[in-house]
Amino acid sequence: MDWNYIIYKIILITAIMTVSLLVAMYSTYFERKFAAWFQDRLGPNRAGPFGLMQPLADGLKLLFKEEFMPNTANRFLFIMGPMLAMFVALLTSAVIPWGSSLNIGGKEYALQVADINIGILYIVAVTSVGVYGIMLGGWASNNKYSLLGAIRAASQMISYELAMGLAILAIVMMSDSLSLNEIISQQKGINWNIWYQPVGFLIFMICALAECNRAPFDLPECETELVGGFHTEYSSMKLGFFLFAEYINMFISSAVISALFFGGYHFPFEDSLGLSQNWMAIIGVVVFFMKISFFGFLFMWIRWTLPRFRYDQLMRLGWTWLIPIAIFNILITGVVLMINN
Amino acid sequence: MEENTNLNTQEYEKNYSTLNLGPTHPATHGIFQNVLTMDGEKIIDAEPTIGYIHRAFEKIAERKPYYQITPLTDRLNYCSAPINNTGWFLTVEKLLGISTPKKVDYMRIIIMELARITDHLICNSVIGVDSGALTGFTYIFQEREAVYEIYEEISGARLTTNMGRIGGFERDFSPKAIEKIKAFLIRFPKKLHEFENLLLRNRIFMDRTIGVGGISSERALNYGFTGPNLRASGVDYDVRYALPYSSYNDFEFDIPVGSQGDVYDRFCVRNEEMRQSIRLIQDALNNLPEGNFHADVPEFYLPAKEKVYNNMEALIWHFKIIMGETNMPKGEIYHAVEGANGELGFYLISDGGRTPYRLHFRRPGFIYYQAYPELIRGGLLSDAILTMSSMNVIAGELDA
Repeated sequence: MDWNYIIYKIILITAIMTVSLLVAMYSTYFERKFAAWFQDRLGPNRAGPFGLMQPLADGLKLLFKEEFMPNTANRFLFIMGPMLAMFVALLTSAVIPWGSSLNIGGKEYALQVADINIGILYIVAVTSVGVYGIMLGGWASNNKYSLLGAIRAASQMISYELAMGLAILAIVMMSDSLSLNEIISQQKGINWNIWYQPVGFLIFMICALAECNRAPFDLPECETELVGGFHTEYSSMKLGFFLFAEYINMFISSAVISALFFGGYHFPFEDSLGLSQNWMAIIGVVVFFMKISFFGFLFMWIRWTLPRFRYDQLMRLGWTWLIPIAIFNILITGVVLMINN
Repeated sequence: MEENTNLNTQEYEKNYSTLNLGPTHPATHGIFQNVLTMDGEKIIDAEPTIGYIHRAFEKIAERKPYYQITPLTDRLNYCSAPINNTGWFLTVEKLLGISTPKKVDYMRIIIMELARITDHLICNSVIGVDSGALTGFTYIFQEREAVYEIYEEISGARLTTNMGRIGGFERDFSPKAIEKIKAFLIRFPKKLHEFENLLLRNRIFMDRTIGVGGISSERALNYGFTGPNLRASGVDYDVRYALPYSSYNDFEFDIPVGSQGDVYDRFCVRNEEMRQSIRLIQDALNNLPEGNFHADVPEFYLPAKEKVYNNMEALIWHFKIIMGETNMPKGEIYHAVEGANGELGFYLISDGGRTPYRLHFRRPGFIYYQAYPELIRGGLLSDAILTMSSMNVIAGELDA
């Protein structure tokens, strides 16, 4: 093992972790700002210029809040819940290629922590562990509202993962690979998957909303029905971790959507620019983050516009609409692929 | 939560869970408690508890002179206090046999319809909030603010207005108030349309509300429903039309009715009623006659302060009214007005003293709340929340 390689990976991991956390922090700020603008309000503007220090203030506030734990709660699992949620949320960023590789001193440095050949499978597998954090937290609180929220979360995530997986399957069939790097490299220029898989994209987008527990699928925390849902009993930074995990999940979901359907770090007319490899990589990262921000904005836009589903309607939508459509989508993809070959 | 219909009922009941919805729950908008028996998310039975903010208004009213009962009525349905105030004055005027000038009637119509608009705004926007769409609420609450500024201009108060006097108003509408009302009339229909666009034809909202918390017209009549909740189930009963008061019969307005009596119909009926209220305010304002802003009843109408300080007669009447030396006639009176959420009745027995012998408020919210368990039985938890907000049961009015 060469030291250079280890140092480069450590730097990359630290950078990605920091960026994920920073993005999650500032997503809370932008969520509040956008919500305010959608609603004819001003939003946070007291802490720092334009309220830019608001996420820090929020974080500090959460850290200094009193830690409250119900007497009847299962202590171990109660602490485990938010830890797991946060851990899993951060884990997903490992396989996402943030840009094409850099060339420093004749050596290639990929902007991806681990280029595993089953990248998508890894993401699906890890995100599905995320529901355990919510379930454990909800169950361990020993509160009926929390339990209802946890049950809702579990059933919602399981049913939407299926449709999500099926939507991804069509992409995998098209690109003949499970590696995210490979899928992105096939979408050079404007040859994006969205042009071939619009239905798949819609299904994936809806499922991503449900996976992140975002409105209109925010039933697990549904404040008007379940008080706080699975995090009713949580306070202090444990609550913060749950909220943070939600925003990190949103960030990662936007990244996966951009990678799978919108060409990742590729952008139109990139070859005609004639830039060096390093410059391309840097611009690629910027483009990728622009795409991610767009989807992040879309997530917020949807949240502040639509009412939420009812539990049974949500399940019906998942099982009787999304899954059959996704299967049909796979079928058509398969037929088209067969004819083209 | 598995379906086990073969088991006998007693064993089956063991699988139910009990959920305390309230008294402090973010969705109950006030202090309501419901003990729900749940099968998973499905509601098997509900047991409402009332009285958390019972303040014994009816008993307090027996110790208060008539003009001091007005602030109590403010706190019944505090979302539309001017209707309650006016309803009380109309009741007392009926007891006294005072006929008010047309100008007073029209002024009262204007403030009552403004109050109806604010009340419906709160109710409908809160239906939106409870179904998860917060944005419409913030849009439309700016219009509520505009109405409150009008109240402020007319009476000096915003929420609990204590507006008016026995026999009329304490002062005429100022030019600024009229200007504000006119501005509101121009701006509001557009804003209402904007709000409606967010929800009315929204598929998710329709799925959430159609067929939820419905009641048949027959059941609604049996329970004694009135107001928008009754009209949503298809009965065109409106006190303003059936038993006109305060010159409502001078004006033309439509009574919107629904058919299913569900949350969606209530939402639509309220929206349409706001449009009709705008029409009424417009007509009343355009035809506002010249004249005195109060009836000529010096023994009951509290005179203005500057008159009290400068005018002997006014000082005497002020003293007599405040000290309770003007006795009321004996009598038994029922008078109802179309409150924002139903028929608001005042049943008043006077034995001739300075205070009522007995006063009963017919609070529409109290009656709707009796039907709440029936409306939510068999539904899901989410339906219960929406049904509650769509019935517009106000805690202050429920418990009086």
